[in-house]
Amino acid sequence: MKKTLTFATLGALAVAGGAGQAVARDQVRIVGSSTVYPFATVVAERFGKDSKFKTPVIESTGSGGGLKLFCAGLGVKTPDITNASRRIKKSEYTKCTKNGIKIAEFKVGYDGIVMANSKKSGRISLSRKDIFLALAKLVPEGNKAGGKLVANPNRTWKDVNPNLPAVAIKVLGPPPTSGTRDAFNELAMEGGCKKFPELKAIKKQNKKKYRAICRGVREDGAWVEAGENDNLIVQKLEADPNALGVFGFSFLDQNRDKVQGSVVDGVEPTFANISSQKYPVSRSLFFYVKKNHVGQIPGIQEYVQAFMNRRAIGKRGYLIDKGLIPLPTAEMKKYIDAGKSLPDLKM
Amino acid sequence: MTDASDSVMIANQKEKVRESLRKRLRSERRFRAYGVVAISFAVLMLVFLIGTIISNGYSAFSQTWLKVDVTLEKDLIAPDGRTDPKTLRENGDFRASLIESLVAKFKSRGREEERLLMAMFSTSAEQTLQEHVIRNPNEIGGTVSIWVRASSDIDQLYKGRINRDLPQTSRTVKDIQLRWYDLMAAERRIDSRFNKGFFYSGDSREPEQAGFWGAIVGSFFTMLVTLILAFPVGVATAVYLEEFAPKNRFTDLIEVNINNLAAVPSIVFGLLGLAVFLNFFELPRSAPLVGGMVLALMTLPTIIISGRAALKAVPPSVREAALGLGASRVQVVTHHVLPLAMPGILTGTIIGMAQALGETAPLLMIGMVAFIVDIPGGPTDASTVIPVQIYLWADSPERGFVEKTSGGIMVLLIFLVTMNASAVYLRKKFERRW
Repeated sequence: MKKTLTFATLGALAVAGGAGQAVARDQVRIVGSSTVYPFATVVAERFGKDSKFKTPVIESTGSGGGLKLFCAGLGVKTPDITNASRRIKKSEYTKCTKNGIKIAEFKVGYDGIVMANSKKSGRISLSRKDIFLALAKLVPEGNKAGGKLVANPNRTWKDVNPNLPAVAIKVLGPPPTSGTRDAFNELAMEGGCKKFPELKAIKKQNKKKYRAICRGVREDGAWVEAGENDNLIVQKLEADPNALGVFGFSFLDQNRDKVQGSVVDGVEPTFANISSQKYPVSRSLFFYVKKNHVGQIPGIQEYVQAFMNRRAIGKRGYLIDKGLIPLPTAEMKKYIDAGKSLPDLKM
Repeated sequence: MTDASDSVMIANQKEKVRESLRKRLRSERRFRAYGVVAISFAVLMLVFLIGTIISNGYSAFSQTWLKVDVTLEKDLIAPDGRTDPKTLRENGDFRASLIESLVAKFKSRGREEERLLMAMFSTSAEQTLQEHVIRNPNEIGGTVSIWVRASSDIDQLYKGRINRDLPQTSRTVKDIQLRWYDLMAAERRIDSRFNKGFFYSGDSREPEQAGFWGAIVGSFFTMLVTLILAFPVGVATAVYLEEFAPKNRFTDLIEVNINNLAAVPSIVFGLLGLAVFLNFFELPRSAPLVGGMVLALMTLPTIIISGRAALKAVPPSVREAALGLGASRVQVVTHHVLPLAMPGILTGTIIGMAQALGETAPLLMIGMVAFIVDIPGGPTDASTVIPVQIYLWADSPERGFVEKTSGGIMVLLIFLVTMNASAVYLRKKFERRW
């Protein structure tokens, strides 16, 4: 028994000690947005199979979390690439450059954010103004421009817009930590908020107050935080035909037999409408490359070229089958060329 | 008092006692009924849970295969006439020969139809073809008939998880694909086989190619590190605290802290791991080594507490007898007390390890929640673990991952049941009562 214990302890020390040395990395490390994750992983898997390099490791940390890790510094323990479902912020860029990081930016394509409900009930047609009035914390009194801001009194969709059904407002959506939520707040809520001239005017006087009003989501139960898992939201919608859900287009695409996308501002969330940017609630997807690591860690440049390739992101690329919405031809060409030269990002 | 009034009183008394007895019996029956209701409710929930998992997940263990005839044109596969494996791997255009043969067979027209046709076959089909040709280079120039994996959509269709009666816009399989599918079914080109790939390949974003082996190996390395670290440290702590340490304020404080640690939410250990192991010691991210170290911290209190309980259960007479015969205190512990307490300690360890096996939250912080295709070769390679793989699949949009998720849960449950059952067995077999 005594011997066994001694051996076990020695073994533990050996394992812990052996790993203490910094290990040179031969595998690309990627972090970032959970929205880009389903696309980046497909590229990585194919890249691993088709090239002599190891398959890159991809962590889904969210856009903000990814950029934080990415900008933390240089060296093997920091990631080489970060995915983002929004553009890098000025503050993040400054932090990155302060740490000596040279960044190259790539736009991958678009992702639509859809509102959907169960196929058991009818398709709903909303305007962004309706969305704002239904979900904002504060709305103008009487839902009319010029009204004093009051706590949202709207209980049913009919209260918001007489053309909508008299069904209680219940929207299931992702929590504030999610990039999808950020984009929904910015594009749908704020988009509707701007339709009120007096609210739009606040932006010039007090940006913080404007954001709080336009992006503030009500907390009285009409908006339900349904977690990061979009599949779960789809299941909940199936169980509750009166509820609406907010999630990414690829989940709508995969669950067409269960849910239908609501029309927003008269535009249906289809592949063509998101691609032509007619559908108002869509955002761009990016990834950022740490140029200092190119040449240090094998496979970065090759991975970027595998991603920035017509076979992947082109109109007939394999990512399109996974629900990515392609860039317009000219912009795509620009980024495909950038994949070869890795130009510095200037902000 | 008269006799009459006496007998009336006795009758009343009897009636009262009988009444109270009835009442007590009723209340006992009620109490038992509550118990039965509670247990049946719990059992019902368990049956429902396991029933859902099995009904969703049993199909993950089968995979639909399609038979295709491929004409191996020399120009595409071996343009320069060399047929050694290396040249074939580098120069052979297997995808093109597959597409050409399929387009010819199904008479698809235009690029969109070609895309839909190819979408019926897994992207692994060209690799299957490539490997077949490398094994049989003499078949180049002729036509081969091989089985390839169906794409996830066709797999789901075969398993009846796609409703054909819905309008075309509401399903992932289009009308024309259904027609081709029926054609293949009529020619007996569709077959369902045991999904071996689920048990030997790593993760994939294509549901039909996704396997669990990477996660199982990752869990193995993680648990190994956890066991190597937590078991000796836990047992040594338990032995010292129980057998050698003086009872004073300081050891009381330690005891309170250990009990407290057992109740700390696991994510806290993840944050600790991030701060200490990754940022301070600069150990690699996503590695089972770090995962194992974090989980070892989490498992330690369980091992210490159960170890101390097991040591306490060894009667003092054993110690006194050994001491009386001249054994030193260390000899008493290592020769007598520890062997007698071992079954109890092992039970606690196994239960602690089973807990660690099902843990995801702390691993999130140290980067083990990641898409990793390559099977890890050692404790410092990037890897995930079983529950993380389940979580990642549950989060994927493709319909085919629903069954993979439940299939993964079934594998995890089998591991957990095996571990817990062996704990019970060990206890039953070696337990001694004094």
